[in-house]
Amino acid sequence: MEEFFQQLTNGLAVGGIYALIALGYTMVYGVLKLINFAHGDLFTIGAYLGFTLFTAFGLSGMVAGPGAVVLVLLMVVGLVALIGFLLERVAYRPLRSSSRLSAVVSALGASIFFQNAVMLIYGAKFQVYPNDIRPSYVLSIMGIDVPLVRIMMIAASLALMLALYWFTQRTRIGAAIRATAIDQGAAKLMGIDVNRVISLVFMIGPALGGVAGVMVGLYYGQVDFTMGWVYGLKAFTAAILGGIGNIPGAMVGGLLLGVIEALGSAYISIAWKDAIAFLVLILILIIRPTGLLGERVADKI
Amino acid sequence: MTVSRTTSYAGIAVVVAVLPLLLDPYWTDVFVSIGLYSVLALSLNIILGQAGLFHMGHAAFYAVGAYVTAIANTMWGVPVLWAMPFAGLAAALFAMLVARPIIHLRGDYLLIVTIGIVEIVRIALINNVFGLTGGANGIFGISRPTLFGFKIAKPVHFYYLVWAYVACSVLLFRRLENSRFGRALNYIKEDDTAAEGSGVNTASYKLWAFVLGAFWAGMTGTIYAAKMTIISPESFSFWESVVLFAIVILGGGSNRGVLLGAFLLIGLPEFFREFASARMLAFGLAMVVMMIFRPQGMLPPMPRFYKLPERIRCVTGKDGGAAAAQVGGEA
Repeated sequence: MEEFFQQLTNGLAVGGIYALIALGYTMVYGVLKLINFAHGDLFTIGAYLGFTLFTAFGLSGMVAGPGAVVLVLLMVVGLVALIGFLLERVAYRPLRSSSRLSAVVSALGASIFFQNAVMLIYGAKFQVYPNDIRPSYVLSIMGIDVPLVRIMMIAASLALMLALYWFTQRTRIGAAIRATAIDQGAAKLMGIDVNRVISLVFMIGPALGGVAGVMVGLYYGQVDFTMGWVYGLKAFTAAILGGIGNIPGAMVGGLLLGVIEALGSAYISIAWKDAIAFLVLILILIIRPTGLLGERVADKI
Repeated sequence: MTVSRTTSYAGIAVVVAVLPLLLDPYWTDVFVSIGLYSVLALSLNIILGQAGLFHMGHAAFYAVGAYVTAIANTMWGVPVLWAMPFAGLAAALFAMLVARPIIHLRGDYLLIVTIGIVEIVRIALINNVFGLTGGANGIFGISRPTLFGFKIAKPVHFYYLVWAYVACSVLLFRRLENSRFGRALNYIKEDDTAAEGSGVNTASYKLWAFVLGAFWAGMTGTIYAAKMTIISPESFSFWESVVLFAIVILGGGSNRGVLLGAFLLIGLPEFFREFASARMLAFGLAMVVMMIFRPQGMLPPMPRFYKLPERIRCVTGKDGGAAAAQVGGEA
């Protein structure tokens, strides 16, 4: 039972990360019907920016522990949002009216570009996050030891998801995003600046991905330049699992995939951990391509 | 085929045949790699270029072929070149099994699933599936191929083997392109629904495109295994698939374009060895820029031309025009 709860909380923590990344995929897909292949690499960039801010500027020395983390997260949010904005302007906007293949290839190209840019800047080795900023307490819940960092990760990802949900459902800008996702032409006629909405979506999604990147750095203590692909593919699986284009679906899908993967690697085989996620992806696309919560899929797939 | 075209092909053949006399072993080896990637990209071109199916897991079929060869050779002592058709058949069978359930997926979903497949194959190879694949270290000690008693071992020997194989592939794929099968694939690429409506069995043609592409990739796997004498899961990583995908897309989907793409993407970086690590960076940038300014690729396939039957030519005048060409196209 102890093992089960350990794996469950671990799965929820990792699932929270998948969910945060999946939100970026699903929001972009919602408004543009485009899979942003470079999203996983924006997540990597977030993780590496966090690394730079923590180490090079010695932030952990200047501000007390939790303050430093919050400060770094805010800076990463701003920087990654800027990169997302530029990405859309350079690689996607010129292709808005061309074929789907062109946009997909351009997205792939951007992904390859980012991944190798990170490699050239930071080197091919993995980088280690400073140890002292990470809370090392272990909480005891009903006799089971759970690291505090795990609880904090679950709480932080849930808080961000709720904030995003509130933002899209209760604010004017959120309504504009939803309207653009349903029908771009009609949204334009209603006076919504669709280009600005798309730019905004390309800032919110990567910002959440960047936060997820820093969280991975804090949780596992190390980051490497190829991790964007694996996390990106898994987060994409999570988005499909929940129903792509559907914001609550991405949250549910992410948490579910994290738990499936954690339990699968504990009880089936750790060596097949990555394969489990890809198998889930293939199965869900074959059996129920709309995902768990997805009812609004316009095209037949 | 006009005379000038025949002479130009003959010219290329002579250049390819004479080239190794001017090259040192290192550059011969580079050209062997270009040849291997050319064949792989040509086989991917059936799926991606001709049928327009976003397939990014070609390394999986290649890997199946190479591993079948390696296992047959090291465990049962089958001569390498004898294993070639079986490697192709194994890859084709594998393609049939995995492609059947996913063939109906649309564009980018297919892309993601094929990425998933190539990753699962790699993980399976690392985990020493069936106890045959040797885990992360792979299989070593694959023997050199012999052809009519001649042992193929030096880079020059492989150069001729690989480029003869490229020539055969180009000829066969050219025939395929101009066949009923090739026309059906192009129709599916242009408009899936219209093709289905005109009585083209799209699911079956798509599946056969996968099977044929995989067959050829599997056979190429044999030559790769024979050349390297050692294979490991890392040789068939997802990046190999990306490189092949980029060759076809940037080349433009015609056979000439694919060959040009292979030269540029595999051969060109050898000239800039000091920037080797920036190679993929340039790849990515080239893909973005290409899609914005020339989405059809460097050398897209030329439009199909058909000779008009005599009686139609009389009706429409000397130059048939588009309408008559369409009539001819159906003939």
